[in-house]
Amino acid sequence: MARLRGRGMASVNYPTGMNLGGDPSQALIHATTTGSFVISLSSVDLGQGLKTIMAQIAAETLGVPYGNVMVDTADTDTGPHCMGTFASRATHRVGNAVIMAAKEAREVMMQVAADELEVDPDDLTSDGEGRIHVVGSPEKGIGLVELALAAHFKHGRTISGRGIYMKPKSDVDPETGRMDPDSAQAHACTVAEVEVDDETGEVFVLKLTNVYEIGRAMNPAMAHQQIVGGAWMGISHALYETTEPYYPDRSHGPTDFAGYLMPGPGDLAEMRSAIIERPAKNGPYGAKGIGEMTANSPIPAIANAIFDACGVRVDEMPITPERVLRGLDALRGTPA
Amino acid sequence: MRPSIVSLEVNGSHRDFLVQPGTTLLAALREALGLTATRKGCETGSCGACTVILDGEPVMSCLCLVEPLDGARVETLEGVATGPDELHPLQQAFIDGFATQCGFCTAGMIMAAKALLARNPSPCREDVIVAISGNVCRCTGYAAIIDAILEAAADLRAARPSRAA
Repeated sequence: MARLRGRGMASVNYPTGMNLGGDPSQALIHATTTGSFVISLSSVDLGQGLKTIMAQIAAETLGVPYGNVMVDTADTDTGPHCMGTFASRATHRVGNAVIMAAKEAREVMMQVAADELEVDPDDLTSDGEGRIHVVGSPEKGIGLVELALAAHFKHGRTISGRGIYMKPKSDVDPETGRMDPDSAQAHACTVAEVEVDDETGEVFVLKLTNVYEIGRAMNPAMAHQQIVGGAWMGISHALYETTEPYYPDRSHGPTDFAGYLMPGPGDLAEMRSAIIERPAKNGPYGAKGIGEMTANSPIPAIANAIFDACGVRVDEMPITPERVLRGLDALRGTPA
Repeated sequence: MRPSIVSLEVNGSHRDFLVQPGTTLLAALREALGLTATRKGCETGSCGACTVILDGEPVMSCLCLVEPLDGARVETLEGVATGPDELHPLQQAFIDGFATQCGFCTAGMIMAAKALLARNPSPCREDVIVAISGNVCRCTGYAAIIDAILEAAADLRAARPSRAA
């Protein structure tokens, strides 16, 4: 009886966004009287970091500090339209809408600054730290608070902008089958190293090495954490999770977390991850989506590593000890 | 069945409140006291999202009936921050180490970790894993959480060498 070691790999191309009946997302930005910029969205941050990314994009495009940007996703009934945060689409779709809104708001901001400073708006620049000033003359400028107050109380202006990113519906060419369903494709590869216990059928994931090409990592630390968390979920799908372990027989299904198997903090694999950036032409600052794909490539990589370790090819998830043992029994000619 | 008055010390403050028989500590915290940082997850004791510290021990508040706890001392996430503008080293380490994504498990994780550091200021990695083994996280893959707790333990030892967390 032994622990058999194996290595497997798998690659994935993952679409950013999907072909709906047209796939729009909209964003509105306005400045408050005190020079904060509020991005109104119906897009939802469910932990993936949407608010952080949108604030980064708006700050970069507006030319104001990140801390001056607030993201309001409070109400999908009253906010500007978003199709939703799914299909790894939010960074791309909503990010593009935020850029468009921020450009329009920046134009008004620079015009008001020009009126206040009695100069041409084309002669102005933003320092990214909260001041608009004449190019080459940092002392001739105006701070964001003063500027916003002037816009509201002197000029009667709203420093605001509208943004929409609209991916049109793509019909299928009946002759060729050709269509344009997504906006970009991200790529990933995982190499898994496992040990299989040939007596119990248990699989131990020792190490996952992941490489992701995601256009541009808008926030590298968050992208890295998404990869780590997704890889954990990939291990979980590959080896543990199911609501119907003997489908189509629905018996023995879990009814709560106690019976729904997942790897715990003691079952972690060693993880190494790298990000490669090849900016997408149509992505906001080159970004593609890295939402859902992080759970994908670990699964076939682990299945391949199990095959490499013990010769058993399991084509159903999860790859339970029972399935591995039945495969080993078939190979060894021992009764199941 | 008549409601009764229960007294608890919650995050250092004395609190009296009226509860119906069978009310859990979790329900009392969230509904009677309005302390909603403590999350209601599975309500069967298998996810750990509702973990609070009861008389120094981490417990799943969904499994504790509150009436027999009269006079007990309860600590929730609302009481963890060191000051109005100063986070506890555990909270800071969770932020700095990206140890939270959707945030649903975070309150329970931090309370389980705080109880651990109170009884063991110098935990090894295995100690941390055991301490949070009753807490489910669905986003992070746990590694960042384990690292953050070890980081906070080191920070606390450096700041207060003679005192427990």
